[in-house]
Amino acid sequence: MKFISEYREPELVKKYLERLHEVTTQEWTIMEVCGGQTHSLVKNGILNLLPDKIRMVHGPGCPVCVTPLNLIDKAIYLAEEKNVILCSFGDMLRVPGSKKSLLEAKANGADIRILYSPLEAVEIASNNPDREVVFFAVGFETTAPANALSVVHAIRGGIKNYSILASHVLVPPAIKAVLSDPENLIQGFLAAGHVCTIMGMEDYYPIVKEHNVPIVATGFEPVDLLQGILMVVEQLEKGKAEVENQYSRVVDRDGNKSAKDIISKVFKVSDRDWRGIGEIPESGYEIRQELDMYDADHKFEINIAKAQECQDCIAGDVLKGLKKPHECPQFGKGCTPLNPLGAPMVSSEGACAAYYHFANVEFEEPVS
Amino acid sequence: MSVKMNLNCPIPQLDFDRITLGHGSGGVLTHKLLDSGVFDLLSNEILDKKHDGAFLNLEGEVAMSTDSFVVNPVFFPGGDIGELAINGTVNDLAMCGAIPKYLSLAFIIEEGLLMQDFWNILVSIKAAAERAGVKVVTGDTKVVERGKGDQIFINTTGIGTIHPKAKISDTHIKTGDKIIVSNSIANHGIAIMSVREGLEFETEILSDTCALNEPVLQLIENFADGIHVMRDPTRGGLGTVLAEIAKDQKIGIDIAQTTIPVEEQVNGACELLGLDPLYVANEGVFITIVDGSIANEVCEQLKVFDTCAKASIIGEIVDDHKGQVIIQSAIGGRRVVNMLPGEQLPRIC
Repeated sequence: MKFISEYREPELVKKYLERLHEVTTQEWTIMEVCGGQTHSLVKNGILNLLPDKIRMVHGPGCPVCVTPLNLIDKAIYLAEEKNVILCSFGDMLRVPGSKKSLLEAKANGADIRILYSPLEAVEIASNNPDREVVFFAVGFETTAPANALSVVHAIRGGIKNYSILASHVLVPPAIKAVLSDPENLIQGFLAAGHVCTIMGMEDYYPIVKEHNVPIVATGFEPVDLLQGILMVVEQLEKGKAEVENQYSRVVDRDGNKSAKDIISKVFKVSDRDWRGIGEIPESGYEIRQELDMYDADHKFEINIAKAQECQDCIAGDVLKGLKKPHECPQFGKGCTPLNPLGAPMVSSEGACAAYYHFANVEFEEPVS
Repeated sequence: MSVKMNLNCPIPQLDFDRITLGHGSGGVLTHKLLDSGVFDLLSNEILDKKHDGAFLNLEGEVAMSTDSFVVNPVFFPGGDIGELAINGTVNDLAMCGAIPKYLSLAFIIEEGLLMQDFWNILVSIKAAAERAGVKVVTGDTKVVERGKGDQIFINTTGIGTIHPKAKISDTHIKTGDKIIVSNSIANHGIAIMSVREGLEFETEILSDTCALNEPVLQLIENFADGIHVMRDPTRGGLGTVLAEIAKDQKIGIDIAQTTIPVEEQVNGACELLGLDPLYVANEGVFITIVDGSIANEVCEQLKVFDTCAKASIIGEIVDDHKGQVIIQSAIGGRRVVNMLPGEQLPRIC
């Protein structure tokens, strides 16, 4: 497969691993921010090929995992409204709300549709003028342009029965929050390649300057990840802290201008609640006030009480990188992908689910 | 592998070009539908008796299997629900080491199904049954109101006689046995998914639906008790079947990713849709666990069949990590292959 197989080349992987073993002289703790990177590290069995001295910590970069409980409850509430068609990406469906998941609501008769693109939701709205169509717009900066574009399409098409329930979170503020935590152990970051593709690298320079940590924009294939880790380790070993770009075949320092333009047309930066972490200032997007007729949270009166998170779940510590998934007493016992107590066990990009599915026998207990 | 038959529907439409509730009433319309459709097309000496059930003569040990088929769309690249319903049950019997003989065939049709579509499904059923060498000997037709079905559901139950040389049992698996997959995986699931999602590829991805009794029975004939297990990894895919075997038999399974055949465009579609081919459905693939000493020969014999052209030894039974399947990734890392906790859901990004 062009542009993928090259980055899975076993010989190249071997070379990077050898180099990594050569240069690593001290213990380093590195966070891969994005859930897609976690998934790839675990799925390809990279973690147990790394030098023992390198500890990878799986960051909060899974949008499914950090979507607040309250917002999932809101989506379920809307889906159960008689006249609403709720559209969502697939992996949001199994996330437990306070009482049930969207998948259970669907089984109970709610009209919930799994889509690959928010533009399909606009089409559904156009074909169902008597119904209200709500798209559960979840994601990082990566999905924000398409979600914003769906609103632009609805405006252009004069489609008034379309709105989005937005839960957009941003990577740089999350990195800042991790670094500002008094218990922080992270010494270097792999920034999420796809997010940087949209947003560019600018936001990372002040973080590097303030916190003195290397940040390397990194891709998702085995060669990408190993090269990214190597770049971080080389900086750490030399006592450097710089912004670097491993994913240069895709990431431009300034990002994608048209994508950024469309985001700012529809969204503005706002404070956001992160499930398991809490509120992080200026860490998300909300729909601009002048477009509030496309904001489901504003368009519909949603009266639901704010529910409490499950007390047994240590998702917060996992997302901040303070604990590994299998260090949770509930891991694989009270909490499994079939019966998740917290969101990281749901999405295949969630750290807990990635560990559950692909747990490595060489350092994990078998999961039964 | 659909057979193109452009036969016009001879079912007397009585002014109906669609199936109506009356066609399931048991009255005149039902009889017209069955006489000119099902009975004529699938005619054989047992079915022709039109009794409430079929009278069968079987000798020796018998295997029986049943399966219900629901698929959207009903017609998909590489096949349709009719062909699937025959091949599915034929293959389940073959996996037991049985020679498939007789099938029952039951339809639940949603009011409004086009008569021509129903006819096309019947034609496809006839062709698939002939290819597999099985007879449809009894059946049933029900019609449900519009909105209470999804065009058409089919159930088939099959009976076959166990091949005298077959010694198929999970309990025969032993350390050193090799695991062979008969062809490229994940084609069926991706063929269906790409139609549903409106995805187009340079070459069309076709479902792999086919009857596997011929290659399977030849293996049993030639290798007898050297063939320990056969399974068809339909729903849940290869990963689920292997995880099931490892867990149930408390054995360790090692497989290597690079030896698992996956067509390039199928792999590409999986990347695009965020799916793992190990968990995508197959309808024309089987795995067999065989004595280590005959594995190469089994593989070579399979490759002679068009439906098994990509047969490959993908792993072995090991005396380690009991109850688990471990896959070695293309880059040499190792991880566990677990059962899926539900449907594979497409990822956000």
